[in-house]
Amino acid sequence: MTREEIYERVNDVFRDVFDDDSITVTDETTAEDIEGWDSLEHVSLMMAIGTEFGIKIPLNKVNSMQNVGEMVDFIAETC
Amino acid sequence: MRELEFPFNGEYIVTKKRAIKRQLLESGAASGTPKKIAILGGSTTSHIKDCLELFLLDKGIPCEFYESEYNKYYEDLMFDNPELKEFGPDVIFIHTTFRNLKNLPTLADSKEDVASKLDAEYKKFETLWVRAKSVYGCVMIQNNFELPYIRNLGSIDSTEYRGYIRFVNELNARFAAYAENNEGFWLNDINYASACFGLDKWAEPSYWQLYKYAVALPAIPYMAFELSNLIGSIFGKQKKVVCLDLDNTLWGGVIGDDGPERIEIGQETALAETYSEFQEYLKTLAARGILLTINSKNEEDVALKGFERPDSVLKASDFVAKKINWNPKSENLVKMASELNLLPESFVFVDDNPAEREIVRQQVKGCRVPELTTPETYAYMIDRSGYFNPAAISEDDLKRVGMYLENAKRLELEESFADYGEYLKSLEMEGEIGPFKDIYFSRIAQLTNKSNQFNLTTKRFSENDIINMASDANRITLYGKLIDKFGDNGVVSVVEGIIDGDTLDIELWLMSCRVLKRDMEYAMLDKLVAAAKSRGLTKLTGHYYPTAKNKMVREFYDGMGFTLVGEDAEGNRSYYLDIADYENKNRYIKC
Repeated sequence: MTREEIYERVNDVFRDVFDDDSITVTDETTAEDIEGWDSLEHVSLMMAIGTEFGIKIPLNKVNSMQNVGEMVDFIAETC
Repeated sequence: MRELEFPFNGEYIVTKKRAIKRQLLESGAASGTPKKIAILGGSTTSHIKDCLELFLLDKGIPCEFYESEYNKYYEDLMFDNPELKEFGPDVIFIHTTFRNLKNLPTLADSKEDVASKLDAEYKKFETLWVRAKSVYGCVMIQNNFELPYIRNLGSIDSTEYRGYIRFVNELNARFAAYAENNEGFWLNDINYASACFGLDKWAEPSYWQLYKYAVALPAIPYMAFELSNLIGSIFGKQKKVVCLDLDNTLWGGVIGDDGPERIEIGQETALAETYSEFQEYLKTLAARGILLTINSKNEEDVALKGFERPDSVLKASDFVAKKINWNPKSENLVKMASELNLLPESFVFVDDNPAEREIVRQQVKGCRVPELTTPETYAYMIDRSGYFNPAAISEDDLKRVGMYLENAKRLELEESFADYGEYLKSLEMEGEIGPFKDIYFSRIAQLTNKSNQFNLTTKRFSENDIINMASDANRITLYGKLIDKFGDNGVVSVVEGIIDGDTLDIELWLMSCRVLKRDMEYAMLDKLVAAAKSRGLTKLTGHYYPTAKNKMVREFYDGMGFTLVGEDAEGNRSYYLDIADYENKNRYIKC
């Protein structure tokens, strides 16, 4: 799966979770940039990403990823 | 909303909860004063609140929430809490789980030690409940405990006094006993819910380690759904009527095509047994006051034969209302609701046919329509959807079906007066009435010997007598055969009289009771008068001879327009009718 393909799907997940079709995430996107992305919604996001790609994000990864770019890297490595 | 109907996709709901909530609020389905729900958690509760809100909105219950700080359920209730007091909860929900049990047994414990640990855990909660009731006086809902994710003692964990499972089971039993004995207090049975969902996935520990969710996020919608069913029924939102299709819903096959003897019901095949189990399930619903009704596209008399089979669990009399016709099922359902004085939103419509389900879903707002697949899952779908979830079982519940059945009978009678002519018209009846005919001699003789109730003179005749009457020029004889859209009733009426001058003296008038109130007697009289006129007669005379069984026709001739001449000491009555100006009386039978 290319990073572009992953990004397309990750972007859909963000739009679903935050109910905002104007969202476009990039490598640099962090929780600061998206309204509603707090620690509680992070739980929904991690679950939704895991479901979308059929993976389980390990404990040590969930809170250590610094931005969407790292998230996409992890998905690219795993899938 | 379809996305929230069982069996839903929990992960989808969590992912899309914002959009779902927006749509629910836009639809305006939930109106009125919001219910105030305080969630006091022994673990994180945020997603529980979000999901519970969706399911309650979908049930038409708007709500506002109070959430305790993380794991502050005990402090929030035990100590003065102005914030909670001001919130003024309608419901306090205590969300605790196995993770909150702090006094679990250890191997060093004696039996007495374990017993006091059990007491300590129980007392802690009971104190909480008692205080919450006195301070807030609202509905209380308490989780029981799910079984432990990791057992202490493996296979013997449920039997050994130091086992975790044994401990949890005993604690759950004590919680249940409290719930049974205290009004306004309910258990949210997460022990059952986690078993259904699968304990391994329910208690998946990463959600605890990462976010302090004792219930894994994918399981939370299921827990919230169960909880919403309980809250819904506490506030009276449960459904009252299950409205059932027949073919391939209550039995396998199509009764109109296959015939009652070949539908699948009973114990002969796996499929037949499956439908029998479903009928058993419906019977248990009826036993606790859920009304069973039929909404089927069929000929009624054919369809009801399915319930006459001895191996049919349900009988026609188990249904408080039946709409068996070819009308749109949505119309039937709305009409049925108004006849039962209930709202269509109290109904659950159960039909194997996706097209019928869709029509009802679209046309009948608020009616729930479970998405059925194969018959072995019908009961499961109805049960787990929580439509008929009871908050309690009252005396009224146990009597309800009987009461509705009586009402249904009255209504039927009433309707028969209001619109009886239409009913008769709809039967499309055809009569065949004429002088005794050789092919019917035997049947006519049989009728004179069998008919007791609708028989004016109760004179018995042999077949030979009938043959002689038929050829007697001094008599007028008539047999009557009745056919309607459901079939041929055969010869059902016999009239015979002797000519005396200008008068016909009616010696015999009888009719089979199965065609009572169908206008057949009028059709017979019309023909009798016509035959008498053609013989130049001007008058009919008739007699009523009472027997032990024919009281129903004592005033028959009065009703037919005859004049009473007299009645003797034995109750024998004589009548006459001038036929010069006679006008035909039959309106519904084509002859």
